[in-house]
Amino acid sequence: MAQVILFLQQLLNGLSLGSIYALIALGYTMVYGVLRFINFAHGDVYMLGAYAGFAITNLIYTVIPLDRFNAISLHTFIPIFVCTAIVMLGAMIFCAVLGVSIERIAYRPLRDRPRLTVLITAIGVSLFLQNMTQFFVGAQPQAFKQLIPVRAIEGLGDLTVLSSQAAIIISTMVLMVFLRLIVMKTKIGLAMRALSVNPTACSLMGVNNGLVISFTFALGSALAAAAGILVAMDSPSVTPLMGNLPGIKAFVAAVLGGIGNINGAVVGGLVIGVLETLVEGYGFPQLRDAIAFGVLILILLYKPTGLFGRVEREKV
Amino acid sequence: MSRARTTLAVFLFFLFLFALIGERPFLAHLAYYYDILINIGINVILAVSLNLVNGYTGQFSLGHAGFMAVGAYAAGSWTDHLSPGLINFLAGSSGVLTFVLNPFPFLQPFVLPTVVADNLALIVATLFGGFLAALAGLAVGIPSLRLRGDYLAIVTLGFGEIIRTLILNIDFLGAARGMSVKGTYTNMFWTFGFAAVAIYIVLSLVNSTYGRGFLTVRDDEVAAEAMGINTTKYKVIAFVVGAFFAGTAGSLFAHYTGYLTPEGFNFFKSVDVVVMVILGGMGSTTGVILAAVLLTILPELLRALAHTDFVPAFQKAFEGVVPIHLPPLQGLLENRLILYSLLLIIMMLTRPQGLFGDLAGSRKRVASSASK
Amino acid sequence: MDALLKVDRCTIRFGGLTAVSNLDMSIGNRELVGLIGPNGAGKTTVFNMITGVYQPTEGAIFLNGDRLNGLKPFHITAKGIARTFQNIRLFVSLTVLDNVRAAFNLHLKHGPLHALTRGPKFKQEEADINGQAMDLLKIFNLDRFRDVMCKNLPYGDQRRLEIVRALATKPRLLLLDEPAAGMNPTEKGALMTLIEFIQEKFDISVLLVEHDMRVVMGICKRIYVLDYGITIAEGPPDEIRRDPKVIQAYLGE
Repeated sequence: MAQVILFLQQLLNGLSLGSIYALIALGYTMVYGVLRFINFAHGDVYMLGAYAGFAITNLIYTVIPLDRFNAISLHTFIPIFVCTAIVMLGAMIFCAVLGVSIERIAYRPLRDRPRLTVLITAIGVSLFLQNMTQFFVGAQPQAFKQLIPVRAIEGLGDLTVLSSQAAIIISTMVLMVFLRLIVMKTKIGLAMRALSVNPTACSLMGVNNGLVISFTFALGSALAAAAGILVAMDSPSVTPLMGNLPGIKAFVAAVLGGIGNINGAVVGGLVIGVLETLVEGYGFPQLRDAIAFGVLILILLYKPTGLFGRVEREKV
Repeated sequence: MSRARTTLAVFLFFLFLFALIGERPFLAHLAYYYDILINIGINVILAVSLNLVNGYTGQFSLGHAGFMAVGAYAAGSWTDHLSPGLINFLAGSSGVLTFVLNPFPFLQPFVLPTVVADNLALIVATLFGGFLAALAGLAVGIPSLRLRGDYLAIVTLGFGEIIRTLILNIDFLGAARGMSVKGTYTNMFWTFGFAAVAIYIVLSLVNSTYGRGFLTVRDDEVAAEAMGINTTKYKVIAFVVGAFFAGTAGSLFAHYTGYLTPEGFNFFKSVDVVVMVILGGMGSTTGVILAAVLLTILPELLRALAHTDFVPAFQKAFEGVVPIHLPPLQGLLENRLILYSLLLIIMMLTRPQGLFGDLAGSRKRVASSASK
Repeated sequence: MDALLKVDRCTIRFGGLTAVSNLDMSIGNRELVGLIGPNGAGKTTVFNMITGVYQPTEGAIFLNGDRLNGLKPFHITAKGIARTFQNIRLFVSLTVLDNVRAAFNLHLKHGPLHALTRGPKFKQEEADINGQAMDLLKIFNLDRFRDVMCKNLPYGDQRRLEIVRALATKPRLLLLDEPAAGMNPTEKGALMTLIEFIQEKFDISVLLVEHDMRVVMGICKRIYVLDYGITIAEGPPDEIRRDPKVIQAYLGE
């Protein structure tokens, strides 16, 4: 029985971690869907989202020091929720603007070039963002102040669920619902889906491709920002290089799910999160980071289209 | 072709020059420049070998540092642990060689600078490192090279990281502590010697009917296959040759610094080499050599600039006019990744073919079918 | 008839779409055969099947009795089938001469090591290949362009260069994919003469996909007609011209 509880615990931790990867993976998959391009700089947008949240949180603390709340109860819930929402929204808006700016400045002028040229540019943007951030704020990790009090949730017996984990999973689910609404029920969501199938037909049908692409970047970047805030609840330190590993792992998650496929990105993220946690939990912590690379190589060699992806044939 | 011959000739000239200076300088204040020159040599080997893969064959590899690591650690282990017997033998035989060459004293400084055994040991270790790196290249290349463009880039990045993680977890190789290499045999002669060999091999490979095959793989794989060219074989050959030389560069590096850490062979190191290839122009050996030289010297120049009074003075003036407080701008000059990243972005936007590359490899070809 | 190329009940499906269905085709030695059909009929797909770019879902393809299924494209080219492409696919970073030289790679007797040592064997073979390539270019009047970048050639010359390049692989069967596209009537006339000349001089068979009826009817001895992946007619030009099914496929009811 204890083994089962242990396994469930790992599963839960993995789902929490996987939610973060899923949110970031969505950005990769959506951009690849409309542009057939791997946005190497996406991990650094996630990092900047965390920093934006860090700044906003510090600002809030000058008015309300949130760390005086020791537990989530009926009368502490509202201030905590409102402040957290402000931080999240602020970071998401910041990153949406950032994402669109990057697209306009660095990627759009290269829209007719070979994809490799854009990939190289993306690598350049990624390095630029990391190192400029490091220049301005220093390489030392900085502590993200508490947004919600991190306590174990009562009443679950031997299973330890932290309030932060619950917040992560619930927020992710909420964001997923919103995303699905946008992609499935709005005109621009329809345009996104159409664009990922046939851009030429889209523009012939009167779709403003540029606008839709920018919107896609905005959406993906906002989700990455949310991930940055959520992850700070669990491990509250931000560094300029924090986007590298999660970025590449989320990319692997997107490929695992089938790059271009939104459901796939979520499933992929959760799978990678769970795998990582299991590997670490069952005695191989040093292999934790290598898992993602291993998965990547296995998928690309044996099933490059991933779990839900489409095969795209080159027209000869 | 004549430009290629000129490049090689220039290199051989410098090689000849360094044969004279082959020994490590006994004048301490020259050590800094010696350092830069060795690094130039190593970077040239890295850039020229990566150019064969990325530039001439059009396969975008982001894992070159991984092969360098394999070569470095393999050669270092060989020298320190695996071949003391061989070194003793060579030391013994070096006496014989020196005796044999005695009738020709004018030869000795050119052919065998100072300690013969050291040099022979270096060659053997470097070839060993290169060979193991080539095997790694084969292991990585065969499964990966069927992937296209951006996927290949990511997979090679992944393999580079896996190699690094493996080294981190192998205690025999020092893991995170790093590994020291006691035989610091590298000198300018061998560094530039191997560079010259690398240049010769790449150039003579490419400038032949056989070598044109690499370019066809870059230009249009489907058409190349239709013309009977086994594109996979060409890609693998380019990859393995590239990996071999990355390994030799790694070995020379190991026998120079005498100390290796996995961190020194991470993704950023691969990016270093990629920037050289892109700046030089993918598909131009002359270009990437120049780029390697430039990008080895440039950070040093910037660092020197950072230490002058010019930058703080400029910053003070700037902050006098625009009241923003910035961190010390010297930091911008000393962080070569900021420079490289800007270079990458600006180059892709304005001159993707680099210094000497041809446009064909970097601009999308407009379909030449007329309307029907 | 001992056929050079035999396509035996080949079908190819992409997911839910059947692009070609139960194709039976045979081409003999020194035959000029045409393959026509409305747009989207599957003609280029047939080419891709024969050259190994796609594998047939069902059925088999034989060249001189050798089964081609499962072989990679370069292997099939080595066996003696060469092709040109609907959209010109020259090697853009190479000169005219190099484009042709590259196609000699499959007949190279030396390997990379010889390229490094540059011994007499290497030099001999290089000179040999240069000679053969120049001879080919001379026949097609392209030798004066030998060092010109192929992308700088006029359109018509580029098309001819693609054919020369394909011929350099020394094929037994040449597949031409819409070689007359974008040409004016005079050029088309010259192309017709050229194709007949090639067939004679190089002693090969030609399978021609073309939209221009004058070209196809003018030079092909036999024609296959494809519509929606199915062979709706096969025979000499006169029969095809009068076949009601063919007329319907092109013009509708």
